[in-house]
Amino acid sequence: MNAIELKGLTYKYSLGTPFESVAVDNVNLQIEKGEFCGIIGHTGSGKSTLIQHLNGLLKPTSGEVIIDGQNIWAKGVDIRSIRFKVGLVFQYSEHQLFEETVYKDIAYGPKNMGCSEEDIDRRVRQAAENMGIKDELLERSPFDLSGGQKRRVALAGVIAMDPEILILDEPAAGLDPIGREKVLKKISDYHKKYGKTILLVSHSMEDIVKYADKVLVMNKGRLFCHEDTDNVFARQDEIIKIGLDVPQITKIMMGLREKGVDLGKDIYTVERAKERILRYMDKGTIC
Amino acid sequence: MLKDITIGQFFPGNSIIHRLDSRFKILLDIAYVVMLFIAGNYCSLLTAGVFMLIVYMLSGISFKLIFKSLKPLLPIIIFTCILNLFFIHGEGEPLVQLGFITIYMEGITTSVFMTVRIVFLIVGMSLLTYTTSPIALTDAIERLLSPLKKLHFPVHELAMMMTIALRFIPTLIEETDKIMSAQKARGANLDTGGLIKKAKALIPVLIPLFVSAFKRANELALAMECRCYKGGEGRTRMKQLKFGMRDIIAVLIMAAMIALIVLMNIYVVIPGV
Repeated sequence: MNAIELKGLTYKYSLGTPFESVAVDNVNLQIEKGEFCGIIGHTGSGKSTLIQHLNGLLKPTSGEVIIDGQNIWAKGVDIRSIRFKVGLVFQYSEHQLFEETVYKDIAYGPKNMGCSEEDIDRRVRQAAENMGIKDELLERSPFDLSGGQKRRVALAGVIAMDPEILILDEPAAGLDPIGREKVLKKISDYHKKYGKTILLVSHSMEDIVKYADKVLVMNKGRLFCHEDTDNVFARQDEIIKIGLDVPQITKIMMGLREKGVDLGKDIYTVERAKERILRYMDKGTIC
Repeated sequence: MLKDITIGQFFPGNSIIHRLDSRFKILLDIAYVVMLFIAGNYCSLLTAGVFMLIVYMLSGISFKLIFKSLKPLLPIIIFTCILNLFFIHGEGEPLVQLGFITIYMEGITTSVFMTVRIVFLIVGMSLLTYTTSPIALTDAIERLLSPLKKLHFPVHELAMMMTIALRFIPTLIEETDKIMSAQKARGANLDTGGLIKKAKALIPVLIPLFVSAFKRANELALAMECRCYKGGEGRTRMKQLKFGMRDIIAVLIMAAMIALIVLMNIYVVIPGV
């Protein structure tokens, strides 16, 4: 069963004014349950607009958004219940922190859901643990934490709602390399542990190929492709043409191919490159 | 919701109205207001209105925006209308008498007259902000107020504050939108409930907004200091305001219009008004 299905989704900004512009143009899409999907695209390609449709923050100009088999804009659907089902973490999510303590801030979502005190406590502690937030931090003010810690607290605030689908918009943007690695690792662990559907928006192809099973490429408001990571790089020339970057190792392989050494178009990690190079050398065609 | 605010919005263009010197535009707008208040009868008031519509056409601003600029001020317009309707007492027989409510013919005419005047006033004033960029506007205000410097009035500082405030309005609106979305995604209920509940629901929006506004102010101050900003003393400007032939013509047209209105007040007599 599909966790998310989009049918002819179109969204226009500033409808009916001189500034009208199409942000998302007729997107048809199916995302399976448990999929870890990376979303990539240029600035202004409609990624952020697209994901804001998935929890009903934006209402499509035309088209349907179907979550768990249910059209979220059908009559009688409580849009807030959709928001608890589809957790959305915005870019620079630390800007949403507002409570006196980390604990209270993480508890904000579950409280809005109307959970009981014990349930809230359990959810907060579990979310904090999943995001690697130590117990002693829970009583500190969120404004005293480091950038990476704040980001993880904000993520925990959404995870505490225990959503079926978790959407993250650039969760690692603006962090130092260690902070990046830590945030992405925690998300990946969370995916493995609970098997939830995860959509990860990122500018970095490297991050996406490292964690995602599937890649969704947006270009100028349209869906360019939605495929397994292996297949996406078979179209690497097109991807470069629409102005996106491919991982460095893929670039090296492309350079090698130009020199006449073709090791395959599905290489995007260093490990796989090593494997292929060794295999190639074993055959003795290179000395 | 927040994106619907139009008052004070600038619509870039290249019409003759856009290109007028912003200082003159402010003065002409004040002259226009004076003209509206000089206009003493329907004939002169409507002439002023037609003049304004012609200027609108010249500016290329869509007429739809006229209604948009009126919308937020509708309560004030209605209030004035009702106030005049009930409290103006004429000489003849009252038209309606219901308990404490008495309406005279004069009440109706004055009420309509005042409403039309206010509508013209708002629409005319919005044309200034529609066709002048905020930066040009504050620049013009600074220049127009510069004589006050002799009285040690901090004109430059005032203008700089206005520039910064105007510059950050869209940024803050965008930011508010973002934080509201983020809290809504966490299940915040911002649209329903009573007044107190609504106000309480805004706390998760206001606190992050204040935090980032202060942070931004701090960074901006630092950046300005890094570039050796030290106030208005001896500061030159990149864009010099220049007035040319078209500004003089605009002033002449305005003067002619005011003269026309004054003449109409004297010579056109409509019975009953």
